[in-house]
Amino acid sequence: MARDDFIIRIGGDTAIGGVISTGENFTTAAARIGFQTFTFRTYPAEIKGGHAWFQVRISNKPIYSIGDGCDILIAFDQEAYELHRPNLNEGGVLIYDSGLVQPDTDSDIICYGVPFQKIAREELEFVRGTNVLILGVMAGLFGLPPASLEEMVKSRYKRRAELMEKNIQALYHGYEYTKKIQKEDKFWLGTADHVARLVMTGNDAITAGALHAGCRYFAGYPITPATDILETMASQLPRFGGVCLQAEDEMASIGSVIGASYAGTKAMTATSGPGFSLMTELMGLASMAEIPIVIVNAQRSGPSTGMPTKLEQSDLFQALYGGHGDFPRIVLAPASVQNCFRISVLAFGLAEKYQCPVILLSDQSLSHRTETIREVDTDVFPVVDRIRPNGTNPEDYLRYQITDNGVSPMAVPGLDPHTYVAPGLEHDERGHPRLTPDTHEKMTAKRFRKLEAARLETDNAELCPRYGAEHADIGIIGWGATQGSIREAVDRALADGLKVAAMHPRVLNPLPEERLKEFIASVDRVLVPEINYQGQFAHHLTATLGVKPIRFNKIGGLPFTPGEIYKKIQEVLVHA
Amino acid sequence: MPDATKVAQATEADVLTVKDYKSGDKPIWCPGCGDFGVLSATYKALAALQLQPKDVVVAAGIGCSSRTPYFMSTFGFHGVHGRSLPIATGMKLANPDLTILVMGGDGDLMSIGAGHFPHAAARNVDITCIMMDNQTYGLTKAQASPTSSMGHKTKSTPYGVIAKPMAPVLFALANGATFVARGYSAKPNDLTDLIVQGIKHPGFSFVHVQSPCAEFFNTYDFYDEHIEELPSDWDQQDLKAAINLALTEEKVHLGVFYQEERQSFGAAVRQFEPEGKQFDLAEYLQRFS
Repeated sequence: MARDDFIIRIGGDTAIGGVISTGENFTTAAARIGFQTFTFRTYPAEIKGGHAWFQVRISNKPIYSIGDGCDILIAFDQEAYELHRPNLNEGGVLIYDSGLVQPDTDSDIICYGVPFQKIAREELEFVRGTNVLILGVMAGLFGLPPASLEEMVKSRYKRRAELMEKNIQALYHGYEYTKKIQKEDKFWLGTADHVARLVMTGNDAITAGALHAGCRYFAGYPITPATDILETMASQLPRFGGVCLQAEDEMASIGSVIGASYAGTKAMTATSGPGFSLMTELMGLASMAEIPIVIVNAQRSGPSTGMPTKLEQSDLFQALYGGHGDFPRIVLAPASVQNCFRISVLAFGLAEKYQCPVILLSDQSLSHRTETIREVDTDVFPVVDRIRPNGTNPEDYLRYQITDNGVSPMAVPGLDPHTYVAPGLEHDERGHPRLTPDTHEKMTAKRFRKLEAARLETDNAELCPRYGAEHADIGIIGWGATQGSIREAVDRALADGLKVAAMHPRVLNPLPEERLKEFIASVDRVLVPEINYQGQFAHHLTATLGVKPIRFNKIGGLPFTPGEIYKKIQEVLVHA
Repeated sequence: MPDATKVAQATEADVLTVKDYKSGDKPIWCPGCGDFGVLSATYKALAALQLQPKDVVVAAGIGCSSRTPYFMSTFGFHGVHGRSLPIATGMKLANPDLTILVMGGDGDLMSIGAGHFPHAAARNVDITCIMMDNQTYGLTKAQASPTSSMGHKTKSTPYGVIAKPMAPVLFALANGATFVARGYSAKPNDLTDLIVQGIKHPGFSFVHVQSPCAEFFNTYDFYDEHIEELPSDWDQQDLKAAINLALTEEKVHLGVFYQEERQSFGAAVRQFEPEGKQFDLAEYLQRFS
């Protein structure tokens, strides 16, 4: 029986080039005719040279994760073969440049050697066409209609007729070449539904969500893996009357975002761990002065400079608890690329409504991977604006009025005559410094009441979905980009007759306590898989809800696969 | 918002005087502090320009002089130490119609926040930065500051300051500030004039004010002796001459050292796409298909 859901991995040295673009082009062409795709990429931290790899899982059915290992390995060089051969699944396919790679003779994989570079050089006389030649071979071997690739080549080279011609020739040369190969494997794509889909990264979706929510000021300092948000904002914001600033450092980034928001514009910054550390003091200021801001932290492996191009979920403590003094902040974690859009809009909604910093925790895998998205349904995402002191006499205006939900009207300079000073000092309801014990207690409580109000509106099934069995032996609680792997592991467990359930909150502070308590009560044991050493989310759950989960931690820079989580489920059940 | 509009119109009809810019809160400064003179000059400058308090934001960091926003009836921001320039940059870029003043001390702008200063100057963001330089840390009680003279003995430098003092005017000139002036808190009328010119200048204006600390480092006698007005025929367009003058250590020159016309950052960024259109999500998402 043919396998129509499989994983292709492409590896090679970036000095040769084309590893990532070959994968991206294959993905785009497939997605355009309706295939579902899920990619993962990892770059070297070096500027030029170093090993890079790209992986795409492809199917005509919905897919939620990176999958396990790889089924098809395309090795550009010997290093790629040696690095990834151990991850090639049994019965998998190795496609290699027979001029550059000498694979071991072994029996449990199928090997197709093609002298890609030689063909490009001698038969096509077009060395730069090697990557497109490989695409043609991939199409021929695994059932991707070559017309979809041709369309993509045409749009890519629409202004360069000669290059377009040569690339199309290379594409079909590769495609025809496969007729000479005796196909021994079982991988063959099913029929695509020809519904056009979007291919977006997490960073693309976060940026689109921010623009939709009305963000018109962005400031950032280049840092992997958040830089492409800065780059997109730099090109897009001016088109819609906004401003993007490449700041001199991360303190200036968040500082100017605070200033822009104070002046009445929805504003955001994006960074990764090291930059987020630098922003901490000003995050406290935004909370104290009650200024809405959105901070995206695309987490990477730390501490210090760590592994800048690899993922980790290890900034959760910093997001939840970082900074001096007691101050409220809202922490969100999108669970998929599609979800990035929704959570980005939500981040602005909560920031504007509750006038406090909102941290959106992404990670390297989510920021840079692509998923196919059918459509973005904006009807369910309200765009929210801050409340202003409309109608209040300016003489009586209290910027920091003590209210039941902690929210007080915020005047906008230039528009409202209700002048006030945004204070970093503790202050009275007008905003004037007042450093008495009574004031500090009342105002701290006022600021924290906003979190309780935010919890009441976010403690719901949409933002804290449950999946799997109604009563379960194991209940998995995950956060962030691990959702897809957990879901597929739960599916396998259910298919094997195991009773497993999962919950995946998007709001990590304030936690959806009612949903979580209900879930914990319905399962025998709680398992928390996360990509950090200390079990930061497990710790947070214990501190907030008293539950003592089984921790399942992984570090090293790669995401969880469904198989790893499924294995852990089995292990926990055996030892029960 | 009917009431608010009415109030705004009523205010706009009146002529604004110095008292319209006072918040009613009494400054917390020590008797004899130079900052009183700077505050008074700022009130006068705003009144001279008839700026509506609702259209002005005074942004500050931390330090004695950074308390200024609380004593003003305009909008204000009293943030964290050293970040007033980035905060002000965000305000101006978000709303170019606002008049933004940055007020702070030598610690705030030349030490902890010094990394932001050259960038604000180089970008030529249209804000007016008034630095009250007392050459000491007043709020933490008399430690050395980045503008303290070499050899100056304080509790944090018991053997005398080893570092060469920062030269704020030179720093501003070297990094592209388009309006650079120096005033003296004991000459509030001249200072008023410099602040007025600074606000009117469309770009990054830097007004360095010698503003002595009567409590911890009283330099009134020194400045009374060493100040010298710039000659009336001083060429304000000559950057090299301005730099040479700023290098002079014998005298403390007062007046406008330099000014030039260069497009401000805010005006430039808005030029790239002058006809900003409404964001349309469906249209935007086409790029991902």
